[in-house]
Amino acid sequence: MSAVAGRGAAQGVAGGATTTLRRTRRADLGGRAFRGLAVGSGALILAMLAAVAGFLLLEAAPALTASPAELAALSWMPDDGSLWRYVGPLAFGTVLAAVLALGLAVPVSVGIALFISHYAPRRLADVLGSLVDLLAAIPSVVYGLWGALWLAPRLQGPWAWLADHLGFVPLFAGPASTPPRVMATVGVVLAVMVLPIVTAVSREVFLATPRLHEEAALALGATRWEMVRMAVLPFGRSGVVSAAMLGLGRALGETMAVLMILGPGLTYSLALLQVGRHQTIAANVALQFPEANALGVSALIATGLVLFVITLAVNSAARWVVARRAVGGAR
Amino acid sequence: MKPHRGQLGPAALVGALALTLAACGTDAPAAGPDAEAGRAGETALSGALVGAGASSQESAMQAWIAGFQAAHPDVTVAYDPVGSGGGRTQFVEGGTDFGGTDAALDEEEWAAAEARCAPGIPLEVPLYVSPIAVAFNLPGIDSLTMSPETIAGIFGGRITAWDAPEIAEANPGVDLPALPITPVHRSDESGTTENFTEYLAAAAGDAWPHEPSGTWPLAGGQSAQGTSGVVQTVQAAEGAITYADASKVGGLGTVAVLVGGAAVPYSPEAAAAVVDASPLAEGRGEGSLVRDLERDTTASGAYPIVLVSYTLACTAYEDPATAALVREFLTYAASEEGQRAAADAAGSAPISDGMRADVMALVERIS
Repeated sequence: MSAVAGRGAAQGVAGGATTTLRRTRRADLGGRAFRGLAVGSGALILAMLAAVAGFLLLEAAPALTASPAELAALSWMPDDGSLWRYVGPLAFGTVLAAVLALGLAVPVSVGIALFISHYAPRRLADVLGSLVDLLAAIPSVVYGLWGALWLAPRLQGPWAWLADHLGFVPLFAGPASTPPRVMATVGVVLAVMVLPIVTAVSREVFLATPRLHEEAALALGATRWEMVRMAVLPFGRSGVVSAAMLGLGRALGETMAVLMILGPGLTYSLALLQVGRHQTIAANVALQFPEANALGVSALIATGLVLFVITLAVNSAARWVVARRAVGGAR
Repeated sequence: MKPHRGQLGPAALVGALALTLAACGTDAPAAGPDAEAGRAGETALSGALVGAGASSQESAMQAWIAGFQAAHPDVTVAYDPVGSGGGRTQFVEGGTDFGGTDAALDEEEWAAAEARCAPGIPLEVPLYVSPIAVAFNLPGIDSLTMSPETIAGIFGGRITAWDAPEIAEANPGVDLPALPITPVHRSDESGTTENFTEYLAAAAGDAWPHEPSGTWPLAGGQSAQGTSGVVQTVQAAEGAITYADASKVGGLGTVAVLVGGAAVPYSPEAAAAVVDASPLAEGRGEGSLVRDLERDTTASGAYPIVLVSYTLACTAYEDPATAALVREFLTYAASEEGQRAAADAAGSAPISDGMRADVMALVERIS
């Protein structure tokens, strides 16, 4: 009895399924087109990445296989013609600029994001949020002009003060150069440039904190700051790390602003306040490309390849950190 | 769910891309009819000329293009300021009709240019002579006299204060401040740097032990990208000094250079004088008017820090219409009128009559 009823029910379900299937098959045309488009777009990303990597390898090959004597003929190469000795300080400068920018931007960004998500009145939060997004829309050449023409002359005083009073720290070793076309100035401008993206992502993560966690903390008698510290920050930590990595990506590749502000030099110096000590890969390519001959272009593309590898490594490391944190958080 | 259907998407996408590419392909030959149109009109010039090269010539080239197109409304001339290196490469590879370069073609490039221009010969003529000023930012001081050794000492970092005895002795009566000197150089590879270091190496003797180079030979120090970059940097800091295209230094003070015991401030005439006083470079083709600039000249009234930028062309082109256009364009650029237009626009030094005669003898062979 129960078995028969079961079979009848099963038949009923099967019949319903076929009519549904028939009905959806017509509507599914749109679904399939959408699916194709989505798969195609996903594949396009992979194809583009492969194309860029292939282009870099192919175009860099003449420089990678050239003899040191040939490379030394390029006027901006070190005398021994070693590509590695040329790329090294550039890679160092690139990472230094990006780390400096993040060090300045992340604390401020987290502060802004917390203010918007947990402290500001709703209306003010909306206005502030869109203002921060507006910062992201300013082109980098405008940041470059602003940094070189307006900000740099005004930073002369603060940098001189730092060199005078904190000169024993290697980072602030004096004398502070005038005009301050130095790495410290670049760091400040890059920090302003990565601020919007780090703030926007952190804000979204903080807003997603489970309401129950916050209310539980408050119910236990926590102040608002204790609630943020105990409920919001631990929940948002991995989100802030990914936000910082997005910002790092922008800072690593930033070209125009660095090109316009920095007085370049190729050393491994930590002295942020001295001119002619650092240069980034992206800005160097833009700087030397116009007058470079065929081998020079190839050598510059080889430095671009190094930037590509650095970016890839940083992003992978970030993914790994986020994944580890997420697992740790779940535990 | 249905993987076999999903594969339609990428296929359609590839098809769409192929269509897009095909659409791009049809644009490319569009330049052709312009050149052919030149043959139709015997009297009025028409067609298109394409050139690329040194950015130093850009302002002058724009003045020439504007003047030439005003006289021949059916002609379009384009000049892409990609830089000297790019200009030479594109010209010898046949990508452009004429080129501009701050440095003479080297042997390899000259051979490639001969192949490109066959059965004609390549031309290398100086149409743009520009004085390079040594400019500084000291409020209240418009001009200082310096010997080549002093300039080398300042840019080499040996003389570090404005009240140093070397500067004070050459400028009696000038109240020099006790400011540190901040030398500013070009951070990019440039013809200006090459010509300036050539001057220092030739004129300053032991005071400048470095080889001439388009890239600044000393590490560290203040630097900026491009002429506007170094000028802006000097304007931003009292006590800074740089070298730059004389027409771009604005209100900065400039250095009068000691030549044969007399101070010569930069001027177009003084710059043209040093070019005339220099002999032709030896061992080059008959189409080359490259000069071995005598940077250590003692000729009175000659200003030795100049940049000479050459124009590259061929005496023969596949298309006679192109040849006629190049001939007429270069004739205009070399003419008194053309040189004056460039001087007004770019602050360059008009070439002398003697030089013009040499240039025209070559330009008239273009056919």
